[in-house]
Amino acid sequence: MSIAAKKRVFASPASLTDNKFHFCPGCHHGLVHRLAAETIDYYDLSSKAIGVIGVGCGVFLYDYLAIDCCESPHGRAPAVATGIKRSNPDSFVVTYQGDGDLAAIGTSEIIHAANRQESITIIFVNNSVYGMTGGQMAPTTLPGQKTTTTPAGRQPVGDGYPINVAELISTLKGTAFAARVACHSHTHIRTARKAMRRAFQAQIEKRGLGLIELLSACPTNWRMTPQQSVRRLEAEMINTFPLGTYKDF
Amino acid sequence: MTEKQLLKGSVALAQGAIDAGCRYYFGYPITPQNDIPEYLSAALPAVGGVFIQAESELASINMVLGAAASGKMAMTSSSGPGISLMQEGLSYLAGSELPAVVVNITRSGPGLGGIAPTQGDYMQATRGGGHGDYRLIVLAPNSAQEMYDLAGEAFRLAFKYRNPAMILGDAILGQMKEPVMLREALSPPQNSPWALSGAKDRQPRLVKSLYLKDGEMTVHNLKLLDKYKALQEKEVKVEIDCPTRCDLIVVAFGSCSRIARTAVDRACLQGLKVGLVRPISLFPFPEKAVREEAQKAGRVLVVEMNTGQMLEDVKLACNGNSEVYFKSYPGGAVPTPEEIEKEIEVIVGKGGLRHVNSS
Ligand SMILES: Cc1ncc(C[n+]2csc(CCOP(=O)(O)OP(=O)(O)O)c2C)c(N)n1
Ligand code: SF4
Repeated sequence: MSIAAKKRVFASPASLTDNKFHFCPGCHHGLVHRLAAETIDYYDLSSKAIGVIGVGCGVFLYDYLAIDCCESPHGRAPAVATGIKRSNPDSFVVTYQGDGDLAAIGTSEIIHAANRQESITIIFVNNSVYGMTGGQMAPTTLPGQKTTTTPAGRQPVGDGYPINVAELISTLKGTAFAARVACHSHTHIRTARKAMRRAFQAQIEKRGLGLIELLSACPTNWRMTPQQSVRRLEAEMINTFPLGTYKDF
Repeated sequence: MTEKQLLKGSVALAQGAIDAGCRYYFGYPITPQNDIPEYLSAALPAVGGVFIQAESELASINMVLGAAASGKMAMTSSSGPGISLMQEGLSYLAGSELPAVVVNITRSGPGLGGIAPTQGDYMQATRGGGHGDYRLIVLAPNSAQEMYDLAGEAFRLAFKYRNPAMILGDAILGQMKEPVMLREALSPPQNSPWALSGAKDRQPRLVKSLYLKDGEMTVHNLKLLDKYKALQEKEVKVEIDCPTRCDLIVVAFGSCSRIARTAVDRACLQGLKVGLVRPISLFPFPEKAVREEAQKAGRVLVVEMNTGQMLEDVKLACNGNSEVYFKSYPGGAVPTPEEIEKEIEVIVGKGGLRHVNSS
């Protein structure tokens, strides 16, 4: 077969820049960025997409996605996204938030954005800790999990139980799509890609808020190797955070 | 079409914003400013705009941030505790160089405080209020007409300088009905070169306030400082009414300046030589005007409905070269013209000062 006849079967998504990711080895943020870029390309949204970036390890999203971006105060991304989408209804608005950002300080904003049936898409990275600030307890920290602020392990009575965001948001009438996926194997990534498309499709069809929760590793703050992190995600996180689609339009 | 209408201050302000081109309002109810969202909830959709009752002031100010990042004229209004909740967002707006208008129809405080007229948020408004090295543009109307006019002016300045602007009013100004001359309505702004709209046929744009690289934040702070300096040079608004030979100037802003006006007029009728300086822009503060008039008169009486906030700016302007007196009305207390007149008499004497050296 001549070179000209060869078919290109794989390439970096067009809306992903050539910048090198700054994430720690084994971190899944890079993978989630790539999935976002692929989905933007799939729906040909790069010329109308606006990213709203929460505060956390994903804050440099604009270095990696070649789309318009706006930083948001910690937790307020769904409110910022509301302001953008309502004043520019033709744009495609996607937030990128961690579990501290969305499930602790920003609980109110995500619930009310969903409840108003805002047509926005939420990419929610659940790594069960505060990555950026050095591994403190998150609302998603598992019972017994040691973090820098739960040295004896998280005690649900007193420290709180893990919050299941995808299920919680799926109960709201304005939510069009809510699913939880994982990032630690090829099979899971394939499922994640499909779910990400549905979360985008919800906005494209103006059905309401689409949320995809991605279980992700933070090897640095889990004090684990990337391999150990993958095993922990599979063995421990999925028990507390069952994978699945909780609402699909 | 321009026309005269009898309007409540709050409604005048809301209509002033619409006539300036504002189409986006996000807010959360709080007394004594509810007339603004109630009016806009009907008036904005009628002109193709958007009104959202947000779940909190945190959400309101961040919705404003989103609409502002899209290059749109957006506003919110609140009072006391609500304005406190907005401070983080205001800091982000200033850091991200976004234009927006925030209206504070003040409540007394601290805490839940009271809803009577007060000027206790002067410091919060003029010192930035949130974290970091920034300033808001702060305008202080003293009539329903100015509530209308300054709403437009706040948007003009916010867009010109890409900085959030605040209108500082109180319950008197919000509730008082006065005739207002409406102006020709302007259309909303189009296609600002910095606005986010999707990277169609251009490079992606970024709205941000995070600067982590060595020295970057210093450069950004100095850039912001240049704006504040330009505001000081070009945008000071002040009303000066001082006789050529003056023994005392009264400095007051907002609703308090209306009462001070009556007191000064009465004192002048008695033959006392008293003038009035009314800052309309609180930031930029009319430092030069206050300094010059204070120097001429030698004496300044500051009257405020708080425990002494603008007083500090007046003292800074005078720099120790004039005697500065202060009459305080905190916690919802409102001065009467008689009280201020009496204070003037105490300072300059019932018959006025004897000018030993005057020719
Ligand atoms: C108002 C406010 N409070 C606290 C912080 C500090 N802070 C920055 S990121 C963060 C948590 C990040 O954790 P998460 O959202 O889980 O994202 P990750 O870094 O794990 O991706 C915190 C507490 C802040 N920036 N703003
Ligand atoms: S700290 Fe955790 S979340 Fe942040 S980049 Fe490193 S591995 Fe990823």
